[in-house]
Amino acid sequence: MIHVGLNHFLFISSILFSLGIFGIVTRKNAVMVLMGIELILNAANINFIAFAKYGNFGLQGQLMALFVIVLAAAEAAVALAIVLNIYKTFSTVNVDEIDTLKE
Amino acid sequence: MNIYDIIFYLFAAITLVSAFMVVNTRNIVYSAFYLLFTFLGIAGIYVLLGADFIAIVQLIIYVGGILILMLFGVMLTNKITNVEIKSGTFQVLPAAIGVGIFAGLLTAILLNTGWKNFDSQIPNGTTAGLGMLLLNQYGFIFELLGILLLIALIGAATLARKEQ
Repeated sequence: MIHVGLNHFLFISSILFSLGIFGIVTRKNAVMVLMGIELILNAANINFIAFAKYGNFGLQGQLMALFVIVLAAAEAAVALAIVLNIYKTFSTVNVDEIDTLKE
Repeated sequence: MNIYDIIFYLFAAITLVSAFMVVNTRNIVYSAFYLLFTFLGIAGIYVLLGADFIAIVQLIIYVGGILILMLFGVMLTNKITNVEIKSGTFQVLPAAIGVGIFAGLLTAILLNTGWKNFDSQIPNGTTAGLGMLLLNQYGFIFELLGILLLIALIGAATLARKEQ
């Protein structure tokens, strides 16, 4: 087998990204859609850190990954609050059944 | 094939298999627990890439925070006592075909791009360097992130509380 290099990490990242998109488009439950988004953010993070190592950028790529993690935490908190509100209003979190803008 | 490669393939297998299970298991709680293994595998990959601080942050924030938040979301939005915790799926076949083509395209692009290969510039411990960058060159962004987290905290609490 060939030595592990940049392409291996990029391949893992692209597969994770595709699996995240697959989860987002096929699942009905809103929490599952959020999990797909987390997979996509992690794929982006792997790219940042891989290019930080194999590119000539010093530590700045890792810093961007840190910012992405912070934004993901904020996004997860707000999104789950919205999901809870949707559940209170519609008694379901299936995204295909939520199709009214106003009660 | 040295020890680095073996560990890489181990973590890659953990990450990809559990990520596949996340999107293909019907039970949402199982999905959340497979997501745990995905995050653990990704943390291992960060370590292999020389990002020790990011790996620990990944463990603390993703596994300790976001995943628990997801489990709270699952538990609070399902009637556990009378309905099974399942997530329906729709349009699986078209999505699988489309995503398969997309993944093949991405892989073809990354294989056919002539990436420049520099020698590793990452020092052995990254925490000190990251701290220096965060408080000097990126100090403004650091402050903005703090304000953003405060706004997210207040916004989430306001959205999720009961109406008075």
